[in-house]
Amino acid sequence: MTAIADTAILTGRSLRHITRSPDTIITTALMPIAFLLLFVYVLGGAIDAGADRYATYLLPGILVITIASSVSYTAFRLFVDLQGGIFERFHSMPVARPAVLWAHVLTSLVATLVSLGVVVLAALAMGFRSSAGLGAWLATAGILAFLTLALTWLAILPGLTATTVEGASAFAYPLILLPFVSSAFVPTETMPGPVRWFAENQPVTAVVDSVRALLAGEPVGADLAVALAWIAGILVVAYALAKAAYRRRIG
Amino acid sequence: MTAPAIAVGGLRHSYGDLDVLEGVDLEVAPGTIHALLGSNGAGKTTLIRILSTLLKADAGEARVAGHDVASAPAEVRAAISLTGQHSAVDDVLSGRENLVLIARLRRVPDPGAVADALLARFGLTEAGARRASTYSGGMRRRLDIAMSLIGDPRVIFLDEPTTGLDPEARREVWAAVRALADGGTTVLLTTQTLDEAEHLADRIAILHEGRIIVDGTLAELKALIPAPTVEYVEKQPSLEEVFLAVVGAKEMP
Ligand SMILES: Nc1ncnc2c1ncn2[C@@H]1O[C@H](COP(=O)(O)OP(=O)(O)OP(=O)(O)O)[C@@H](O)[C@H]1O
Ligand SMILES: [Mg+2]
Repeated sequence: MTAIADTAILTGRSLRHITRSPDTIITTALMPIAFLLLFVYVLGGAIDAGADRYATYLLPGILVITIASSVSYTAFRLFVDLQGGIFERFHSMPVARPAVLWAHVLTSLVATLVSLGVVVLAALAMGFRSSAGLGAWLATAGILAFLTLALTWLAILPGLTATTVEGASAFAYPLILLPFVSSAFVPTETMPGPVRWFAENQPVTAVVDSVRALLAGEPVGADLAVALAWIAGILVVAYALAKAAYRRRIG
Repeated sequence: MTAPAIAVGGLRHSYGDLDVLEGVDLEVAPGTIHALLGSNGAGKTTLIRILSTLLKADAGEARVAGHDVASAPAEVRAAISLTGQHSAVDDVLSGRENLVLIARLRRVPDPGAVADALLARFGLTEAGARRASTYSGGMRRRLDIAMSLIGDPRVIFLDEPTTGLDPEARREVWAAVRALADGGTTVLLTTQTLDEAEHLADRIAILHEGRIIVDGTLAELKALIPAPTVEYVEKQPSLEEVFLAVVGAKEMP
C-alpha cells in the first residue's frame, strides 16, 4: 500500500519534470515525423502506392520508432536523476525502493503515449486513414503500451549503468534502426536472402504486421501471438536485468 | 544511562584495496550533538553513508535508534534523516515543491503548511516559488537542510552542513541544529570548521587512519594537548594539524 502511494507521489514528481520541459516530448515526436515526411513525400514518389496509402502503410513502423526514441529519454532522465543527490535522499528515507524505479517507468509510459498521439495526428495530416473500429484502436494502443513497457525496462538498464549521458541514450540507436530491417517500410519479399530471413524473424515485423492489420480493420493472424510473445520475453529479461543492476547500483 | 542513539562497533569498510574504515567504534547519546572531525578522505562520509543505510559495511556492527543498519534498514530509515555532503534537491522543482514532496513522502499532515514554515525559518520564503536550479549555493544548502528536518526524525546526519554558507546562514543552521537537540533529536555532523564543532557539539570525535582516535568533550580534547600524548601527536602531522587547530580556533577568523 505504501509502495503504491510512494510510486504515485514520485510519478507526480517526474511527470512534472516533463511538463516543465515539454521539449522532450516534442523532440521525441520530431524524428518519427521527419521520417514520415521523408518517406511519404521524398521516397514515396518512387513507390507507386500513392502518398495516402504509403502513409498508412508506414505508420506502424513509425510508431515503433517513436517508442524507441521516447524510451531513450527515459534512460537519459534516470541517468540525470542518479547523478544528482535526490535518489540518495529517497534511498535514505522510508520510501519503498521499487517505487523509485516504477515512477520512472510510469512516467515513460505516459510520455510515450503522448508522443505516439502527436505522431498519429501528424500522420493523419499526411493522409493516413484507418477503417479500424474502437476495439481495434484499443488493441493497437494495448500492444504499443505493452511494447513501451518492455522497452522502458530495457532503457532502465543503460540509465542505471551508463557512465556518460551519451552512453545512457545511445542504446536506442539500434532500436531505432531495427524497424528499417523489418516489414515497416518495404515488404520483406523484396529483401535478399539472409536479410529477409532476419527481417521476417525479428520482433518489429511481428509488431508492425499486427498493428497494420488492426488499423486496416483486417483480421490479425498468428502475428499477434508472435508479437506478444516477443514483447513478453523482452519484458521479463529486461526487468530481471534492470532489477539486478539496481541492486548492484544501490549496494 | 539510556541506550545510545547511535552505536558503532568494529566497523570496517574498504573500496577495493583502499581500506577506509578499519574498526570504528563510536557511541552517540540521545539528544546530543556529536561532531565528527577528520582530514579530507578520512572516511567521514563513508561512515555517514553506512549509518544512513546507503552503503553496506564489510564488518562490524552499527545500530541507529536501536535498529541494526544491516538487518533492519527499513526501521533505521524510518528513524533518520540525512543531509549528504552534496546537495540532494530536485533542480526542476521549486524550493517549496521540494519540501512538499518530502513532506508527502513522509506522510506529514498538511505538507503545504510544513513547507511554508520551513521556507520562512530558512529565509527562503521569497525564493520559494523559484526553481531550485536558480538558487545560490547557500540557498540550495539551506533548502537541503530544511528538507531533512521534515517529519521530526529521531536521528539526523549532517555531512558538512555549513560548507559554503555565509556567517549569517551558518548561525541560522546552528540555531536550528541546537533547537533539534534541545527537542531530543540526536545529531551526528561532520565538519571541517573547528569553531563549528566547538560552538555546537556536545562531544567531538576525530576519525583518523580508519579509527576514532579521540572522542570527548571540548574540554577533554583540550586537556589532551599538554598531556604526555603530545609526542604521539607530533608523529602524526595531519593529526597535529587538527589538534592545533582545535586549540587555536579562537584566533581563527
Ligand atoms: N565510491 C568510492 N569508490 C572508491 N573510493 C572511494 C569512494 N568513495 C570514497 N572513496 C575514497 O574513500 C576515502 C574516504 O572518502 P570519504 O568521502 O568517506 O572521506 P571524507 O572524510 O568524507 O572526506 P572529505 O572531508 O573530503 O569529505 C577517500 O580516499 C575516497 O577517495
Ligand atoms: Mg565527506
